[in-house]
Amino acid sequence: MSSYITPWKKGVKDGIPIALGYFAVSFTFGIMAKNAGLTPFQAVFMSATNLTSAGQFGALALIGTSAPYIEMALTQLIINLRYCLMSSSLSQKFDAGSFFPHRFLVAFGITDEIFGVSVYREGKLNPFYNYGLMSISIPGWVLGTFCGVVSGGILPGRIISALSIALYGMFIAVIVPPAKGNKLLTGIILLSMTLSLLFAKISIFSQISQGFKIIILTVLIAGIAAFLFPVREGANER
Amino acid sequence: MNGNTYLYILVMAGVTYLIRLIPLILMRKEIKNVYVKSFLYYVPYVTLAVMTFPSILGATASIWSAWAGFITALILAYRGNSLFKVSILACLSVFVFEFFLL
Repeated sequence: MSSYITPWKKGVKDGIPIALGYFAVSFTFGIMAKNAGLTPFQAVFMSATNLTSAGQFGALALIGTSAPYIEMALTQLIINLRYCLMSSSLSQKFDAGSFFPHRFLVAFGITDEIFGVSVYREGKLNPFYNYGLMSISIPGWVLGTFCGVVSGGILPGRIISALSIALYGMFIAVIVPPAKGNKLLTGIILLSMTLSLLFAKISIFSQISQGFKIIILTVLIAGIAAFLFPVREGANER
Repeated sequence: MNGNTYLYILVMAGVTYLIRLIPLILMRKEIKNVYVKSFLYYVPYVTLAVMTFPSILGATASIWSAWAGFITALILAYRGNSLFKVSILACLSVFVFEFFLL
């Protein structure tokens, strides 16, 4: 019993900042969806079935211009291809045998944030931890969308502004502690941030979409780091 | 805007779900290759660092309140505080900063 309930509860608790951050982001999405001509139901339906920020924002423009469906499919593939890397990384956290049907459910909830939190759990990952994360963050995402569509002006701007940093605060809480006292990880994180900044500032690179930038830098930096500093056996348990 | 909106939504949902699902289905065994293992070990650090910076600086109403939240989060995370605490206090510092200084 407790091997389901305890990880689920822990997931719900760790999911609270995700839900708050999602609320802020999807609130903005709701406002934009309304401006793009979607009905409240369509906007909520999109959030509930897609659960992806950049992909949904990108989709609004395509729907607005009545783009071909294949273009929609390819755009989503490019914007969301990073989930493929995240799923690959997460696949190694699950027990090889006992877990197969759970993979279909867990897959639905692989977002930047849920991945970021769950990949750093000690030892093997219990799917119920992911369900806990999902069962609070998905309602946050959907509810934020709904509120944004129906009541764009109700929440004060200051609250939205403050909540908008929640997701980043969470990322920082995830990557900083393991890097503490670890020069290699600290260096990798600093290098990643520096190159990310350069990509954003240098005009040739700044046209690359955020999703593609993440893929390019991840493959490049993690690829070189794995070559230069292969991880010792057992060291990647965490 | 027409009835096809639902078809758009289903197309995007299908593509996005498959991207998430396929690696989880195909990579069921533990990978033995040291290079691949090491690569997957480094992936989350790079990905999350790239997603955080510099995007965090544009997340709030002003770059300065974003810096306030960023620095607050860094200090609290370094001291080993929980996800929730780091995240909420980063939000709070943004709010307080904007309330008094903007």
